Parts: sequence; C-alpha cells; structure tokens
Amino acid sequence: MIQTAQQRPAAASDPFVAAFARVEQARADQPSWLFPLRKAGLARFAELGFPTLQHEDWRFTNVAPIAQLPFRPLLASSVTQLPSNFIATLPLASLAGPRAVFVDGHFAPALSNLRNLPKGVKVASLAAALVDHAALVQKHLGQHVRDDANAFAALNAAYFQDGAFIFVPAGVVVPEPIQLIHVASSREAGATANLRHLIIAEAASQSTIIESYVAAVDAPYFTNVVTELVAADSARVEHFKFQDESTAAFHIAALHATFGRASNVWHHSFALGARIARNNIRTRLEGEGLECILNGLYLPKGNQIVDHHMLVEHAQPRCASHEYFNGILDDHAKGVFHGRILVQRGAQKTDAKQTNKNLLLSDTATVDTKPQLEIYADDVKCTHGATIGQMNDESVFYLRSRGIGTELARRMLMHGFAGEIIDRVQHMALREVMDKIIWERLEMNPQIAERK
Amino acid sequence: MSLLEIKNLHAGVDGKQIIKGLTLTINPGEVHAVMGPNGSGKSTLAAVLAGREGYHVTQGEVLYKGVDLLDFAPEERAREGLFLAFQYPVEIPGVNTTYFLKAALNEVRKHRGLPEVDAIEFLDIIKDKIQLLELREDLLKRSVNEGFSGGEKKRAEILQMAVLEPTLAVLDETDSGLDIDALRIVANGVNHLKRADNAQLVITHYQRLLNHIVPDYVHVLFDGRIVKSGGKELAFELEAKGYDWLIKGHKDQLQPA
Repeated sequence: MIQTAQQRPAAASDPFVAAFARVEQARADQPSWLFPLRKAGLARFAELGFPTLQHEDWRFTNVAPIAQLPFRPLLASSVTQLPSNFIATLPLASLAGPRAVFVDGHFAPALSNLRNLPKGVKVASLAAALVDHAALVQKHLGQHVRDDANAFAALNAAYFQDGAFIFVPAGVVVPEPIQLIHVASSREAGATANLRHLIIAEAASQSTIIESYVAAVDAPYFTNVVTELVAADSARVEHFKFQDESTAAFHIAALHATFGRASNVWHHSFALGARIARNNIRTRLEGEGLECILNGLYLPKGNQIVDHHMLVEHAQPRCASHEYFNGILDDHAKGVFHGRILVQRGAQKTDAKQTNKNLLLSDTATVDTKPQLEIYADDVKCTHGATIGQMNDESVFYLRSRGIGTELARRMLMHGFAGEIIDRVQHMALREVMDKIIWERLEMNPQIAERK
Repeated sequence: MSLLEIKNLHAGVDGKQIIKGLTLTINPGEVHAVMGPNGSGKSTLAAVLAGREGYHVTQGEVLYKGVDLLDFAPEERAREGLFLAFQYPVEIPGVNTTYFLKAALNEVRKHRGLPEVDAIEFLDIIKDKIQLLELREDLLKRSVNEGFSGGEKKRAEILQMAVLEPTLAVLDETDSGLDIDALRIVANGVNHLKRADNAQLVITHYQRLLNHIVPDYVHVLFDGRIVKSGGKELAFELEAKGYDWLIKGHKDQLQPA
C-alpha cells in the first residue's frame, strides 16, 4: 500500500515544491503552529506523488489527467467575475439559513450571509477562525485526518487557502441548514482550489450542514477539498455533500470524520459533475452505541468517472453503520465503489451493513465495486452486497400490468432507484430540493426509453 | 358477447409445454374459479392472460371483448380493463405508492377518454378504498410494496384493483400466505368490487378462499387442461376428497412435456 517516491519522476514534484515558497509569503500572517503542518503535508506529497493504477486504493481510477495539469494553486483571491445573481440561481439557494460562499477557494463575504446565527454558533472562514478561534482550530485542524497515503490530502495540507469553520456548541439545535457553497470561476487549466473545512458539532447539538460544489465555467480546473468533521457524544449531524462541478473539471475530496458516543450522523454524497470525481470517506466510530449512515448517489454519463472510497472503522461496541450507494450510469461513464468496513477487536455487537447498487442505462457504462470486510471481533453482524445491472424485468412488467407504458415504467424505476437514496435525507426542505434537482437531471437522460 | 373466450389454448415457457388445450368462457357478471394441484398450469394461465414476457402461445386463441387479446402489450390489456393480482407482488423501492397508483389510474382514464385526476382528486378516490381493505393511510407514502407484510401486499393488490376498476380481474393465488383475517378482508374487497358488467377469475389451490368469494363456476385444471367443471359445490367436493379422484384417469395418460 505504501507508494514510494521512486514510482514517479522526481521532476514532476518540482512545481509543487516551488510554488510553496509563495504559500509561505502569502500566509505569513497565519499562526506559526500551522507551518509545520503545511510543511509536513508538502513533504508527504513529495514522498507519495500522485497515485497510479498500481496503488491498491486507486486501482480503478486513473488520475493521470490531474497529474498532467499545470499546477496553478489559486493562492490570491481573484476579483470575482460571477454574474450578480449567480448564487440566487442555484437550486440550493432556495433553502433558508446561513450560508458561506467561496469562490475559487476564497471566502466571498459579499455573497455570504452569516447573520442571525443561533447563540454560540460560529460559521466563519477558516482563515478568520485561525485568528478569532485560534485555540479551537489548533485543537482540531489536521487531527482527524488519517494518513492513508492520500497524496491529495497531503497536497491540501500544504496549500489550503481557505474554507469554512463551523462550530455548534453543546446542546444547541440549529434548525436551518448551514450551507457552504463553493463556486469555481477560473477558466485556467489546472487552476487549483485547495479548500479546507473544519466542522465541530459539540455534545448533544443538532445541525444540518450542506457542502455544495458548483461551477460558473466549463473548464479543466481542479477542486481539492478536505473536510474534517467531529460529531461529539449524542450529537445529531446531517452532513450533505452535493458535487455538481463542470464535467471538464476534476474534483477530489476527503471527508475525515470522528463520531462520539451515542451520536447520530448522516453523511450524504450526491455526485453529479466532474470529469473525474473521487470521494475518500474515512469515518471513525469512536464512541459506544452510535449510529451512522453513509448514503450516496452518483449519476455519471459521457466519460465521467465517479469514485467513492470508504473506510468505516468500528472502534467501540454496539455501533451501527449503514452504507447505501446507488449509481445510475449512462454512455461510457464509470463508477467505482470501494467500501471497507473495519471492525476492531472489542467492537462487539457491531451492526454494519453495506449495499452498492448500480443501474446501467448503456452497454458501455462500467462499474467496479469492491466491498471489503475486515473483522477482529467475534460477536458482530456485518453484511454487504453489490448489484450491477439493467432495469429489472419483473418490475417493468409489474408496472406495465397496471397500464403504465414501457417508457414511463422505465422512467419510474430509474427515478425510484435514485429516490431510495433521496428518501434518506432527513432535512425535509433539503430533500425536496434534491428530489427536484435529481428528477430534472435524470429526465435529461436520452437513453431511458430506447432500450428494451 | 362473452367477456373472455379461451379456445383450445396451448402455451408454455422456456420451451416447455404447460397448457395443453384449455377452453374456458367467462361472461360479464360471473365469478369463475380455476382450481388445481401444483404444476397444473394455473399460474401459466394468469401469465399468458396478463402478457408476461417469455410465455409462448403455440396454438389456440384468447378473445377478450371479442378481439384477440394476445395481440396486445401488457399495458394495453390493463388499460382495456384486464387486471392481474400477482401471486408475488413486486417490491419497487423508491417509487412512491401514491405516485404509482395515480399514474396507473390516469393511464387507464386517458384510455377510456376520461380526464386525468390530480393529486387531490386522487386522494378522494383512494380514501374509501383504503378503508375497504383495512389498510393504513401511511402505506400511500411508502414505496410500492416495499417492506409490506405478506398480508399487506395481497391487500394492496386488491387496493390497486379497486382503484383501477377492471372489467376482468384475474386473482392468482391471492389467498396464499394469508391468515384468516387477511383472507376475509381480501375477499370482502373483491366481493365489493363485483358488478353486473365485470367478471372475476379466481385461481387457487385451496377451497378456503371460495368460502368467501363464492364462484358461479368451478373448473379443475390438471396437466394443462380443464378436466372437470361444475358449480360451487364442486369446490366443496374437492375439499372433501382432494384432487386424486378427479385426476386419476388423467394421470395414466399424462403427455410427455
């Protein structure tokens, strides 16, 4: 699993090292404890290099197109070229609640609305929080990242320019979703936004957090994001990620999450955009009796590749984790699902379930799915299952036998396939918006009715 | 005119001949029961009538309202008033029951030249029918058949029948897996839907359903043919004596598949 530097020509790392001098200048105002973190990231990246297909964790997703891009970290905040009503036109903008908007990795206060937060709740740019909430940030930043030889996370540690800081104090209930909206606006090939979010939900707090990634341009830019999420004891957190990047762009994300005793966490990953999209999801179930649901939907078409790579680590007894990932793939698209459940010694009474279902709308779409159970406790319940196939004939016949024509039947089943996942979204207003977005996106699929 | 005329039907699946010369006529206002032991061709008959893929008719014809039923796709048959209550209703995760049933009803209405119903009108229509089948209203918000108990699934089939108001309803082993209460509810629903201008074809292995849905005619199916027809008393006779006395003579001359 360890990738050595020799596997990649040393020269390729030069632009990454060279550009780092600019980080040191640009971030001279940031606290001194941060630099060792950044430098360690840079060193780790230089050591690892971009993964290749020989790397076990990247066997099915070739990131060479990213490695070949010119490296252009968006270190300075650019003058935003967004149309004035751009944010208002986003479907998720119809949701009430606070929102922090980032353009090309930089906080855009003029587009954000962080007024009227519930008492004690903090939503700010990470750059500001480094100063205003220094102790909290220092305590958590980088502490929840598992080093699983992820070069992209290392690159992010070295280069991250900004992101969000969210803090929900103990016992506080935030009824409206807190939105983090990232807009890509750079047309430059290889323009890279290294975005870093830190989300801390204290004990018995309740919150819904939405991360969305959208584009104002159609270009081969690169979004490289790392989110650290802490849900403390008895916290209830719904974390929703909506990825709708340009289909010319690249999106690599890592979620590193730590869950406390008796917490309830939902993580949703809805992946629609990007030429190559990869989500590394690393969750550590650190307290007893907690429950987490990882729920994902991906709809690639054209030549898109969408990859979800998960590790669910059961470290304590009586925890439940359920993973549900459905993909609907068309054209030459490719889906990758890797779900590893690790049950440590002592994590008795673990209830872990994993399903990955894929609906292929074309003969040329492909899926690689790899469930993996690794169990060191003896009293556990773990199941996994994966399906890859076309529309279920029995279901089509059932609908037709009720007077519904083949085309509508196929549409209904396709929407139902997505609906299974959408229905797990807890926040009702969010669910309704997503239902509409996904419905419209699927209706754009030309292939539904043609096949028999 | 008869509603359904099956004449010398020969049909099978996967190259296997299962129905071997079946003749049956059903008129409006009648309830027919087709009984028979396992493997006699009961479910194949239901599948051929509904138009399930993979079933092949090799001989004979099926006239529905005077036209050749076999020319029509399953959805066209349904719109023309043919309904099959499935022995094993299919679970369809993610497809909301209300949405599904409303879409089905509107397809049927469009075909009949009636205006489509909107969500509010649909709720009006379905409310009484939910009560008739003693189902909970929250079922309408759930995915089609998903997570329903065996009894709920069968009752939901009859709920669909109540909404679509078919001219000919074929009930395929609707009693299988039902306890006595569910059986009573299902039968009550079916009886409630009986009218002078429609008909029901009840396919069953056991006589017990026919205590609740009283047939005008009972037919015994064996080895792909009707070997005896009679009134409702034939069902009681079968219950008392089993199938053997009827099929004995036929068993000796079983045709190779």
